Formats: sequence, C-alpha cells, structure tokens
Amino acid sequence: MTMPGTNLDPWYDSYAARTAGLSASEVRALFAVASRPEVVSLAGGMPYVSALPPELVSGSIERVLSSNAAMALQYGSGQGTPAIREHILQIMAMEGIRGSADDVVVTTGSQQALDLVTRIFVDPGDVVLAESPSYVGALGVFRAYQADVQHVAMNDEGLVPEALREAIARVTARGGRIKFLYTIPNFHNPAGVTLSWARRVEILEICREAGILVLEDNPYGLLSFDQPAPHAMRSVDDEGVIYLGSFSKTLAPGFRVGWALAPHAIREKLILANESATLAPNSFGQFVITEYLDQADWRGQIATFRDLYRERRDAMLTALGEYLPSLTWTRPDGGFFVWLTLPEELDSKAMLPRAVKELVAYTPGTAFYADGQGRGNIRLSFCYPTPEAIRTGVERLARVVNGELDLLRTFSGARLTRAHDQRPGVVTPPPNTD
Amino acid sequence: MSASHPSTVTVLAGGISHERDVSLRSGRRVLDALSAQGLSVELRDPDASLLAHLRENRPDVVWPVLHGASGEDGALRGLLEALDVPYVGSTAAAARLAWDKPTAKELARRSGVATPRSITLSHDSFRELGAAGVLDSLRDEHPVPLVVKPARGGSAQGVTVVDDEEMLPRAMVDAYTYCSDVLVEQKIVGTEVAVGVLDTGDGPRALPAVEIVPRSGVYGFEARYNAGETTFYTPARLDDDAARAAAEAAVTVHETLGLRHLSRVDLMIDAAGTAWFLEVNVLPGLTETSLVPMALDAAGFELGLVYAALAEKAVRDHH
Repeated sequence: MTMPGTNLDPWYDSYAARTAGLSASEVRALFAVASRPEVVSLAGGMPYVSALPPELVSGSIERVLSSNAAMALQYGSGQGTPAIREHILQIMAMEGIRGSADDVVVTTGSQQALDLVTRIFVDPGDVVLAESPSYVGALGVFRAYQADVQHVAMNDEGLVPEALREAIARVTARGGRIKFLYTIPNFHNPAGVTLSWARRVEILEICREAGILVLEDNPYGLLSFDQPAPHAMRSVDDEGVIYLGSFSKTLAPGFRVGWALAPHAIREKLILANESATLAPNSFGQFVITEYLDQADWRGQIATFRDLYRERRDAMLTALGEYLPSLTWTRPDGGFFVWLTLPEELDSKAMLPRAVKELVAYTPGTAFYADGQGRGNIRLSFCYPTPEAIRTGVERLARVVNGELDLLRTFSGARLTRAHDQRPGVVTPPPNTD
Repeated sequence: MSASHPSTVTVLAGGISHERDVSLRSGRRVLDALSAQGLSVELRDPDASLLAHLRENRPDVVWPVLHGASGEDGALRGLLEALDVPYVGSTAAAARLAWDKPTAKELARRSGVATPRSITLSHDSFRELGAAGVLDSLRDEHPVPLVVKPARGGSAQGVTVVDDEEMLPRAMVDAYTYCSDVLVEQKIVGTEVAVGVLDTGDGPRALPAVEIVPRSGVYGFEARYNAGETTFYTPARLDDDAARAAAEAAVTVHETLGLRHLSRVDLMIDAAGTAWFLEVNVLPGLTETSLVPMALDAAGFELGLVYAALAEKAVRDHH
C-alpha cells in the first residue's frame, strides 16, 4: 500500500501570500555561526550596551519598583505615558524638532512604528519609495504588507533629488500609487552616508509638490562623531513628515521603546493601530527610561557612546585602508555602518561561506534591496566588536576577498552565468542585525 | 551506569561549520528524546573548554551531532578516541572515508554499488591547467545535466544542478567557495530517496526509504529546512525490486565504509530500478524535518528508545 506523502506542514496552503519571504535561507544559516566567539562579526547592528554602566539602569529600575510599581507593571495607554512623551520632545529638540507631546506615539521600538505606519497607509501593490540601498528591517515590513518598493539612487550626500523626481515620474506614469518616501537621513543604514541640509530641503519640496508623505527614520541622529548631523527634516515640515525615533541606540534596545511623531490625524490612527497590535507599549520600559532620563546624565552617556563608536569607526576605516586599499567604501560621520563596494566581479552573497570559514561575518548587500541588487556590496558594522577585533575582522575579510578574486581569476574568460537567483531580495538576516 | 546502560550523555552540537544552525536543532532533538528516556543529558557547543570538560566530567557516552567539518570529518571522533570516551556514530577512520564524497563513491563502486560517473577537480587543477581547457574537457566528457557539489560538506550547501553548459563555471565557483575540491557528477534522473541504516546490535539494517519530492525540483537548502517545500513519501513509492535494491545498496555502503550505529545513504533510483549511490552521511540530520527520524517513525520505532539503544550500543562497542 502506498502511504500518502507529507510535506511536514499541513497548513502550507493556508498561509497568507505576504508570508512568501518568511523562510529559512542558506545565508541566514551562515549567520548562526557569527555568534561563535571565534568569529568576528561585522554583520550585526547591535549597540554596544556594555558601555552603559549597569548601575545607571539598576538605580532607575529600583526607584520605579519602590515608588511606582503598580503603574509600571500595569497595562498603559496606547499612546505611551505622558512623562516619557515630554522627555521625547526634549530629545527631538536637540535635532531642531518642535512638536506637541500629544503628537508622540510610543511604540515597541521604532521598528513597530514602521510597521504601524505601513499598516495604515499601504495596500498591496502600493508603492513605497526607499533609498538604494535601504534598511533591511524596513524592507521586511514593506514586503509583509505587499508594498511595491521602488529604490531611489543615493550618493555620498544621500538620496539624490533628481533620482527622486525621476522615480516619482516613472511610477506616476504607470499609474502606481506612491504612499510615502522612506528615508534614513542620518548615518544611513546600511550606506553610512548623511543627507545634506540642502538636499533635505529639496527633497521635502519635491515630496510636498507631489503630495508624498515622508517617513523620516532617525535612530542614529545623536550618534555623530565629527560634527552634528543637520537638523531633522521634520524640523521644517510638521505636516508632511512622520518622524521615527528610538532609545535603542542612545540607551539600550532591550527596552524596546521607540516612537513616532506624526501629524494629528495620522497620530490618531497610529494610536488605534498600536492598541490593536499590542494594546499598549511596554509600560515598565517607559517608566524606567523616564526615571533614567530624570536622574541620570543621559547626555553624558550619549557622549560616551559617541566616543566609543568613533574609535571603532576609525579602527575600521584605518583597517580598510591598510588591508583592502583597492576597494571603495563610505566614511560615516556617525552611526554604525560602512558600505563597502567590491570589485565588479565579486558577489558578496556567494562569498559569505568563504568568509564564515575565515571566521569573519558580514551582511551581503543583497539584504538591503527589494529587487535582488547589492551583490557587489557589503555592509560592515563597527558598533559591536572592539577596535582590535575590527582590525582582525577586516584582515580576514581581505583574505576572503583576495581568495575569491584568485578563484575568479582562475575562471577568467569563462562566463559566470548564474542559474537562477534564489528569491532575490529576501536574504533575511536574524532580527538582531537591524 | 551499569555495564552497558549509560546514564549520562553529552550531546555535542553547534560548532563553527556552515551547518551550525542545523546541528543545534538536531542536538536539541536528541537531547529531548534521550531526556524523555530518563537519561541525564547535557548539550554542549564545542569550544576551547570542551576537551578539559570531558576529561573532568566524563559522561558515559558522547553523542556528536556536529554537522560539517570536525564533526563529520573524523577529527573530533579521533579526539574522543584519544580521550577513551564512548561515542555514538562511526569511528574517526570510517567517518573520514564517508566525509570525502569522491572516496566514498569509489569504495561503493568497488563493492558493486552503482554510482554516477564523476570527476573531482581541485581549484589548483583549474589554476594549473587553465579554466578554458578544463571546462572544454569537462563538457566533452561529462555532458549536462550535471550536479556540481563541494567534495566535502553537507546540507546541499554549494550544490548546483547544471542543466545548461553556460551555468557550469558559476556552479564551479559557488562550490569552490565551500571546498577546495569539487565533484562534478552526472545527474541521474529518477526517484530521489534517502535510506537510513540502523545498527543497535543486530547488524546494520535498512530503514524504509524516504522518497523526496521537492516543489522546486531541487532538494537544496531551502527545500530541506522549510517545512512544506518538499513532500516526503515513506516508504518510497518504489516497486519491491527497486525498494530491495535501495536497501541493499544502503547497507552495502554502510558496511563497505565500516560505518557504525546510524548513517543515511542518499540514492537515486532510475527507471530501470537501479539504485545509484550519491553520498552517505555518518551524522544524518536529526531535526524535525530530517529524513532519518521520519524513516524511524515509519518503521514503527520510538525515537527515544532507538536513541537510547544507540547510546547503549556505543558503550558496548567501546568495551
């Protein structure tokens, strides 16, 4: 008797179409090795929370528990506590933003704000404009809502206004509906570049004229190294910009507290969507952060983080200059990332197994595109490894690049046609690589 | 521990191979199954402290569930032998033979098991002889369709099915990224099956063949590790003669290479019913989507009992 076959998932045919990208991949499996101590991981975007003195946080936790436990451990408002929203206004003021605490919506990290904004604006097939490349976590959200992501070129000054005009014209001409422009103006993830002030103004003008909302994602803005970033785009446009902020990089990601600052009508929908998604953001985290902001020298702590990351940025740029002098890369003025461009013939995704074998991990550029581009690029993170480890990692990476070039030289003259690109743009690194 | 009844087991899983994630999942499954049998089981990710730990906290049995190099190439097994600790699975010497696919194929062939025509090429051979000449020669002697794979390694990483000659150079490059030697093998069209071979003391016997039908047509990494992407038939939809041929081929390979306890032999069964040997795993995947647990289940075995029996066998074999 022939037994019926099994595919090990009786619900396989029941999943929503938007889950299409949710699958285990070879690249993701390789990232598992990055957690081993022998491996220098230049892949993840994890803040170096060890530089945060634990007593700063434990003192805040103790005070919250001794004075306000009943509220801190209870469900809270879907908008977030009034106290933390007032603090958030002060933080945003450092980047030129004036607003009302009423327009702040606290979320489970700014990642959830990104999800909520996409949820309330994007129907399947709607167009989202995003930089080329763009943040992998945002692309995952856009994909989940079945958005049509159209990348817009950027260069060392950030998003290119002319390319934005062209993209809008192209999409409009084919009848596409653009819902918003997603941009990371400061110390871009993954590109490491910062949008100049002149371009901020020009891009806002383009979007205003075209009736396109701007989603300004700014997790790294306060982590500048050499000079402060230009003021936020939201500082000069309070009707056409939704601004996203986060405590993940200036304090710690474990709290999972971020926020959106949105025009009034959008804010109302975000609060309702937030309640629908999680009932309320993390109460305990908000109380502890509020206490921390009240009592601790948080500005001094951000300065500590800045100094630490600056040293690591310098270590990475020096090592790249020393070990990979023929390649090109961006020189970030802040944030966590350097964007490396490989020799034309190299493929960052195909090269990753060799890198893991050499005990160094990176994120292939393909993770940052919705359309399969990025094989010629690598995102290198300098936020977590020590300067010594960064140096070792880059040295190993140079061996990998040279080994791969040697391999390809062996095949010079042969056409290196790829059979099929497995699921372009769905290289999904683990969650801690945002 | 009584004479052959172990009570403490150290499962080794993780490591720094490309198959770390798979290994960890296999290891946790083994831990759960053995724990449910009342054994005291610890899971360790091997690191610099492992050997000292095993010396000082000597378990009754070690179960290496380390996929990829060190776990399957015999190195770790050799160290366990040096430590004189009983362990589940094939010996270091046998594992080395199985780990190297061209070697395993040649030994299988000498024992009368069919295996697809193939050639093994090192990166150095391309470097010395020039890619153009080697590729031309390959095209003449080994026409498509071909399967290009790293000569060592598992989980289908770096494997490409080449249906079009144009794809051959890229497939070679992708395979060399994983291993300095590449096996180029004639693709056999037929039914893909995996046959587990189990020996808990009565000699090796073949488990029911598991037939593999991937949706994409290729049983690659994603088809292996995403539930729903592959349909499995256990036992395979083979006629009696073909099923017998598959079982015999699997046991022959297991015995020829001198394997112990548990292995998984991957075969293609062609239209004539011939079983073609592709490769053998001395450490078959034991995850929730792996083939050997599926075959054990189909054969009516209880996983925990089988795993406990294997741990006992490891102790007996050590004495």
